[in-house]
Amino acid sequence: MSAVYRMPSLGADMEAGTLIEWVKQPGERFAKGDVIAVVETQKGAIEVEVFHDGVMGRPLVETGQRVPVGTPMAEVELVDVQRAAAAAPGGEPPAERRAPTRTAAVRTLPGATSPPEPAGARSITVPRRLRASPAARRQAQQLGLALADLAGSGPDGAIVLRDVVSAGGRAAPVRPPAERPAPRRGPNLDAMRGAIAAAMSRSKREIPHYYLSHTIDLTRATDWVAGHNAVRPPERRILLGVLLIKAVAVTLRNYPQLNGFDREGRFEPATGIHVGSATAIRGGGLVAPAIHDADRLELDVLMDRLRDLVARVRAGTLRSSELADPTVTVSSLGERGVDRLYGVIYPPQVAIVGFGTPSPRPWVVDGQVVPRTLVTATLAADHRHSDGHRGALFLAQVGQRLQEPDTL
Amino acid sequence: MTHNEIRAAALEELINVAPDLAEETIPVDADLRETFDMDSMDLVNWVAALHRRLGVDIPELDYPKLRSLDATAAYLAGRLGISQTPGPP
Amino acid sequence: MSAETRETSYREAVREAIRDALRRDPRVFLMGEDVGRYGGCYAVTKGLYDEFGPERIRDTPLSESGFTGAGIGAAMGGMRPIVEIMTVNFSLLALDQIVNNAATIRHMSGGQLNVPVVIRMACGAGRQLAAQHSHSLEAWYAHIPGIKVVAPATLEDARGMLWTALEDPDPVVIFEHVMLYNRTAQLASDAGPVSIEGAAVRRAGGDLTLITYGGSLYKTLEAAEALAGEGIAAEVIDLRSLRPLDDATIMASVARTHRALIVDEGWRSGSLAAEISARIMEQAFWELDAPVGRVCSAEVPIPYPKHLEDAALPQVEGIVAAAKAVTGR
Repeated sequence: MSAVYRMPSLGADMEAGTLIEWVKQPGERFAKGDVIAVVETQKGAIEVEVFHDGVMGRPLVETGQRVPVGTPMAEVELVDVQRAAAAAPGGEPPAERRAPTRTAAVRTLPGATSPPEPAGARSITVPRRLRASPAARRQAQQLGLALADLAGSGPDGAIVLRDVVSAGGRAAPVRPPAERPAPRRGPNLDAMRGAIAAAMSRSKREIPHYYLSHTIDLTRATDWVAGHNAVRPPERRILLGVLLIKAVAVTLRNYPQLNGFDREGRFEPATGIHVGSATAIRGGGLVAPAIHDADRLELDVLMDRLRDLVARVRAGTLRSSELADPTVTVSSLGERGVDRLYGVIYPPQVAIVGFGTPSPRPWVVDGQVVPRTLVTATLAADHRHSDGHRGALFLAQVGQRLQEPDTL
Repeated sequence: MTHNEIRAAALEELINVAPDLAEETIPVDADLRETFDMDSMDLVNWVAALHRRLGVDIPELDYPKLRSLDATAAYLAGRLGISQTPGPP
Repeated sequence: MSAETRETSYREAVREAIRDALRRDPRVFLMGEDVGRYGGCYAVTKGLYDEFGPERIRDTPLSESGFTGAGIGAAMGGMRPIVEIMTVNFSLLALDQIVNNAATIRHMSGGQLNVPVVIRMACGAGRQLAAQHSHSLEAWYAHIPGIKVVAPATLEDARGMLWTALEDPDPVVIFEHVMLYNRTAQLASDAGPVSIEGAAVRRAGGDLTLITYGGSLYKTLEAAEALAGEGIAAEVIDLRSLRPLDDATIMASVARTHRALIVDEGWRSGSLAAEISARIMEQAFWELDAPVGRVCSAEVPIPYPKHLEDAALPQVEGIVAAAKAVTGR
């Protein structure tokens, strides 16, 4: 069925966007989760995904054009009629959607998995030429990507165009070929400053925050991470922050009033727990892209997702769903040595959880003063939709979850 | 592999994991964390990249030794069994 | 422009094209085996003998070399003959006239003489006419410099290519696939001449390019429809002209889809499909995301029994399967 694709809203503070490029061309098929276009917003160049299978039609907006949210941008032909009837693409995403998970495979380098040479064998190893289609080779060259770093999804593991295209969205080229300088896709920091200013002003103006603080003994958690990492190669190690995100996400299952959105004063609970992970941008600015269904991810997977998100924040290639979907925010300033942070809620969310720096402190255990690794967790929540009592129970339960790191 | 070659490799991998540093000039003795805002995710990715590139598995306890490019090169040279003579940048 | 259409068969469209040409130009005449009193072995020329008389609708002896040579001579002498050869199999008897005379005389005479002859012939299998009446040898003709080779697949082309071919100063060979004669569709009542150059995109799609011509066009379109049901958007190119080939249209499509499958009723070895595949390799190698695929006839003399004939020819299911293989699904 025919439909129009509209300029999506990538957050409450977005009023308009500029089309940078159509990733899909007229006549080209797209599947749910594919990136259809790149749109410049105050948060940088965002890869905008579609929520249906279909075929790209006639563009209605030219590249470089800035249009308000909701403006028809292209005609599209949708394949799945039932879904199409429910919502046009660019509207609110269906709740069950997940972020595409194409990260893990790409990070596996062929060299890491090749079988060892038999001991003593004097064989001449003829390196097997990488299987990659001509189109994939050309695209990789243009993007400055090394084929060896890509995983192939074609016949016999051959790298085909889609593998390069999907990898190209994830990593910015280190050294683009001189004749084709890659367009700088990092965020426009001035514009981002403006967006943060607008969102935070609205938050402080409209949201009656309440604040809670709770000291959590992280000794078990840090010991567990150290033990976990000690027996793993660097690429499989995890960060303590991953445990914190998981603990918050799992606990939120019992506190639905902290996980959702304020819709003109009415609370709308979210159907999934998509944790926005506040990530600072060097040089200033901040984004909190979503880790979808964080409560259901194994720690290793959560680490991979976080790694991927941070890499793309650095490269300025976030996807639309990651900006639009967070249902709660977790912010950790542990990197910089502060004890605690007092969060400002990102509207229309209703809560933000903060963690200060874990550090060794005196603590009383069983009547004895002992050194323990402590962290101060804070909660800022919207008093219109929850009360301090529930918030306190929530923070306490996060602390309890972190006493059993092996169950996370 | 000389100290300078190790340092160059370390820099290349650092830019790989933090491409937003590609346009910066990074002095060899600059504190990466303080001056260039390197965070724990950058660090863990860098360590993984160095492991792949040089085969050196850096335990978490040694992460503080990767303070600057020179310090990192010296540490890696030690782990690789190469004599440490820092050359001019 | 063409407000009125009527249900027309491919056979009627060819007949109307011949009738139109005979009316337009007194130099035009038709000759061939059984084209007159009998009305053509595929009934294409039925009624024309009565309408235009034995001077312009000429029955010939069973001698392809003789009457094709006569047609070439008539063309050199200023006429505009349409020579009908019953099937491409029989045209081999006239191959010497076509290849050694029609195609060469302009060159051999240093441009003093040209041969504006049009040779129509039926080709292809599917009517249980067995191995001596069913072959697809279009590629042999497409190999020869000095002639043009066209394969009208649609009613518009069947109606429109003949006059344009007659106006061409050089020999033109027109292939009419026998399975097309009974196809009907709406044709504008004012349909007229069309270009004999260039390929046509009969269906647009972004996932792969299906390249075909003549009798295989409809199987290919049917396959494209089936593929669409499985989420694969196939573009279908109808070559129309087999010599010269329209490289630009093919390469532009492959540049969009990055995958190509050629459907050709000829035998694979030395086929048009082979030529097109080679050209894609030469001109669009860096666009390819998968090896070029081919669906051709089995390399056997076309069998007589229905089930074996069907098995020997490209069919919709085979095209769909090959297309999926090319797209990696």
